[in-house]
Amino acid sequence: MLIRLSCREASRLISEGMDRRLSFTEKFALRLHVGICDACTRFTRQIELLRRALKNYPGPDDPAQR
Amino acid sequence: MRFALLQLRDRGAAEDVVQETLLAAIQGMQGFAGQSSVRTWLIGILKHKIVDSIRKTTREHPLELTANETGSANLEAFFESDGHFTDPPGEWESPERALEERRFFEALEGCLRTLPKNTASAFMMREVMGLETDEICKELDISPSNCWVMLYRARLNLRACLERTWFRPGTSGAG
Repeated sequence: MLIRLSCREASRLISEGMDRRLSFTEKFALRLHVGICDACTRFTRQIELLRRALKNYPGPDDPAQR
Repeated sequence: MRFALLQLRDRGAAEDVVQETLLAAIQGMQGFAGQSSVRTWLIGILKHKIVDSIRKTTREHPLELTANETGSANLEAFFESDGHFTDPPGEWESPERALEERRFFEALEGCLRTLPKNTASAFMMREVMGLETDEICKELDISPSNCWVMLYRARLNLRACLERTWFRPGTSGAG
């Protein structure tokens, strides 16, 4: 595996990292990439938010339905 | 009910699941010790019933997963040929506040509805029900790597969809 990742490869690893344990090399390569890439930093934050949102799904009580 | 329908995409099955949930709730009334709200408790039962229902359906009619859903082919649209994002993720304003807004969850449901059925099922089993990937693979009878690709595709799509419909860049976010 290449140490220099593209955003395509990095975002896939970010996603897989939420579903399986990444290898040491994968984690290292990912850290190098995300450290210098704003797009992938945001991607990480946003899919983490997505996870939190779905944990809270279906969300706050609808006051209109009470 | 809306929650069950979103997950199962079949009105009959969703109605069954909601009925079973209410029955189980009545039978298990003593089990409810009041540590959580009634709503949280009912949703917990509902999640289990939905997973049961998916199991039953997959046993009766094994999934016909298209290469479209498990392959990585149509991920191409998200990236340039050099591997950069076609449409790089933008800054999301006050993302935490979104979680407190009912309408954000409606936008999220709208986005979930745009996913292919099995992709949405796999994604919701993972994120809403909190199943591990190997359990989902077993339920859907797919390989782990197919499962990871499905979840990855779901996240790419949902992220882009939420950015479009909720976190419109440059606006206050609450849209």
